[in-house]
Amino acid sequence: MAVQSMSGTGDLGEGTGVVPDAPLLEVEDLFVEFHTRDGVAKVLNGVSYHVDAGETLAVLGESGSGKSVTAQAIMGILDVPPAVVRSGAIRFRGEDLLKVSDGRRTELRGQGLAMVFQDALSALNPVFTVGFQIEEQLRVRLGMSRKDARKRAVELLDLVRIPNAARRVRQYPHEFSGGMRQRAMIAMSLALDPELLIADEPTTALDVTVQAQIMDLLKELQVERKMGLILITHDLGVVAEVADRIAVMYAGKIVEHADAVSLYRNPGHPYTAALLESLPRLDLKGTELKTIRGLPPSLLAIPPGCPFHPRCPMAEDRCRTEVPGDHRLGLGRTSKCHFAEELVGRV
Amino acid sequence: MSETVSERAATEPAPGEAILEVRDLVKHFPVRVGVLFKHVIGQVRAVDGVSFELRRGETLGVVGESGCGKSTLAQVLMRLEPPTSGTALYKGRDMFAMRGAELRKLRRSIQIVLQDPYTSLNPRMTVGDIVGEPFDIHPEVAPKGERRAKVRELLDVVGLNPEHINRYPHQFSGGQRQRIGIARALALRPEIIICDEPVSALDVSIQAQVMNLLGDLQSEFGLSYVFIAHDLSVVRHLSDRVAVMYLGKIVEIGTEDEIYSHPTHPYTQALLSAVPVADPTVRGQRQVIRLEGDVPSPVDPPSGCRFRTRCWKAQDVCAEEVPELVTRVAGHPSACHFAEERSVVP
Ligand SMILES: Nc1ncnc2c1ncn2[C@@H]1O[C@H](COP(=O)(O)OP(=O)(O)OP(=O)(O)O)[C@@H](O)[C@H]1O
Ligand SMILES: Nc1ncnc2c1ncn2[C@@H]1O[C@H](COP(=O)(O)OP(=O)(O)O)[C@@H](O)[C@H]1O
Ligand code: SF4
Ligand code: SF4
Ligand SMILES: [Mg+2]
Ligand SMILES: [Mg+2]
Repeated sequence: MAVQSMSGTGDLGEGTGVVPDAPLLEVEDLFVEFHTRDGVAKVLNGVSYHVDAGETLAVLGESGSGKSVTAQAIMGILDVPPAVVRSGAIRFRGEDLLKVSDGRRTELRGQGLAMVFQDALSALNPVFTVGFQIEEQLRVRLGMSRKDARKRAVELLDLVRIPNAARRVRQYPHEFSGGMRQRAMIAMSLALDPELLIADEPTTALDVTVQAQIMDLLKELQVERKMGLILITHDLGVVAEVADRIAVMYAGKIVEHADAVSLYRNPGHPYTAALLESLPRLDLKGTELKTIRGLPPSLLAIPPGCPFHPRCPMAEDRCRTEVPGDHRLGLGRTSKCHFAEELVGRV
Repeated sequence: MSETVSERAATEPAPGEAILEVRDLVKHFPVRVGVLFKHVIGQVRAVDGVSFELRRGETLGVVGESGCGKSTLAQVLMRLEPPTSGTALYKGRDMFAMRGAELRKLRRSIQIVLQDPYTSLNPRMTVGDIVGEPFDIHPEVAPKGERRAKVRELLDVVGLNPEHINRYPHQFSGGQRQRIGIARALALRPEIIICDEPVSALDVSIQAQVMNLLGDLQSEFGLSYVFIAHDLSVVRHLSDRVAVMYLGKIVEIGTEDEIYSHPTHPYTQALLSAVPVADPTVRGQRQVIRLEGDVPSPVDPPSGCRFRTRCWKAQDVCAEEVPELVTRVAGHPSACHFAEERSVVP
């Protein structure tokens, strides 16, 4: 595919702090707070995850669990203030984005990382044509001529299968359907040939048939380009279809981390188990759905001990006081539950 | 509230009888251009000939992609928008012709629950005022002195703490706000509740709570639901019968089992096959029907069968003749010249 002609990927290594065998991206023990009128919201409370080239990590969790804030911290687009990064590391090929110089950070993020947002309409600028928005990056970042950038923009729209790309580049975002805008966003995010793509709920606003098209496209592009993909979603179906590994978030922590097959077959955390059980099914008409009692905690006052304890059907006394650490369950699986081993062993 | 069900029983249709019969319902919106002398250059054919019946105590699910006319259908049935043409019989009487006392009674009997619990509640009103507001419009249902007690009872019925009667909507979570909306819809003891995407904005765990609540209320009060949603699993879970819409028309209608296990319309099949399955072990083994392109504009829908621009089975006849919604195979109606059963749900 024409994309190979682009530079970008190869030049990051030489003469820099890049560590050869390091994971493509590694988030370690990240703490982020928001200072709000009502108090300090502890939004991320030690998030760790990593993704390698060519791999899909799904970050799963209910709204407010901190999925997007983690992504924003990686991309360097957190609202600071009110956000404060308290501690932790975000290493891209071994270099900590929170420690390197501003120039180096911009360079790494500019060429290595890209993000696709949930709401393509508000992420695209309504007053410029779709083509212009793609071309601008190519001209500013890669110094392409106007003519080459236009040609490239058409190629990119074509790549994400927008029909009549040559005509469509001249149109404005509002002239695109929801599915086409999401494709245009993906085209734009691919313009600089990133090594890691973060897709934050890329299909949540779309219909199932369009969702299927977009997920196919993302998957295909990822495999072709050996990109790392972080897919943020709350949709357990989408995750099951594309994820290699899954990180489940609750109240700003990764409470379970597992390969996709193990997680669905034999969840290692009561929260994951409850989520799977509360899902209505397409293949049978159910009666009563299992529910998780209560509500996710306020991040202004996270419960002591295990943050899930007020809602957990397995909670015991120690859960109210002792914070569960990571329990290793083999195959790279971890679970932050005091009884993780028992839970997994039960099957 | 529980006496309402028995009160009704004597005079009303028995369970299973049609309470609402919709025939050839059409709703077009004019497309206008110009600032001073607006002239109409076309019509958005949002709902374009829809017929179905709703039986007492049942849930009719309505599924279809964004813009296919689901919410417009709801608005017309609520008499919030006048129909362009067509009829709807509520207990045998034309509901669009109702006036005066009969219309007031109709407005009590059909209620709606909307998708967005964040915007559909007035932020400056307390929960008590929101849930009790219908009594201002219909004071005959609850005399002034009894209202607070009624509201507390309603809050209790939907699983909210009656002590929170003086709180404001922003003090509640999304799922709780949806319960407030449901309590309000129940206030006038309706017979039909139209639910327009009532759980779409909620997280899975909260969605399950609200779905269970809707199910419980239905059996307790004998309610009939028109349940609109785009999530096919959610619709199957709650529905007795299901109508599938595409570009303003019902393309297939049948029992939950007929639609999900024996679909015959290519669009239904594509829609069902595209739903991701929450089981990574079947990844890559499912047959997924990938539709090309987007839904055409409802201003200028394709001739003949509206699905033909995306249908892999389309023949010449599909561009020429509108396929009627009639039973050809599998014992239920499907608007396809070449309807045939194909099982797509694993
Ligand atoms: N007041 C209006 N004026 C003009 N067009 C309208 C109006 N209301 C709805 N439409 C159009 O009618 C069609 C059907 O809209 P409707 O809101 O009923 O869709 P829907 O099936 O509820 O979609 P969604 O799943 O996105 O809620 C759309 O093309 C919409 O743009
Ligand atoms: N700019 C902000 N100011 C204050 N709080 C914020 C801001 N952005 C996010 N938050 C809070 O951080 C928490 C996590 O948010 P987010 O990462 O967006 O959740 P999600 O998992 O749904 O993506 C939420 O409680 C949210 O309200
Ligand atoms: S640690 Fe206790 S409360 Fe937390 S998930 Fe495990 S059993 Fe439940
Ligand atoms: S009538 Fe023709 S175009 Fe329409 S669904 Fe059937 S085969 Fe496809
Ligand atoms: Mg988010
Ligand atoms: Mg709608």
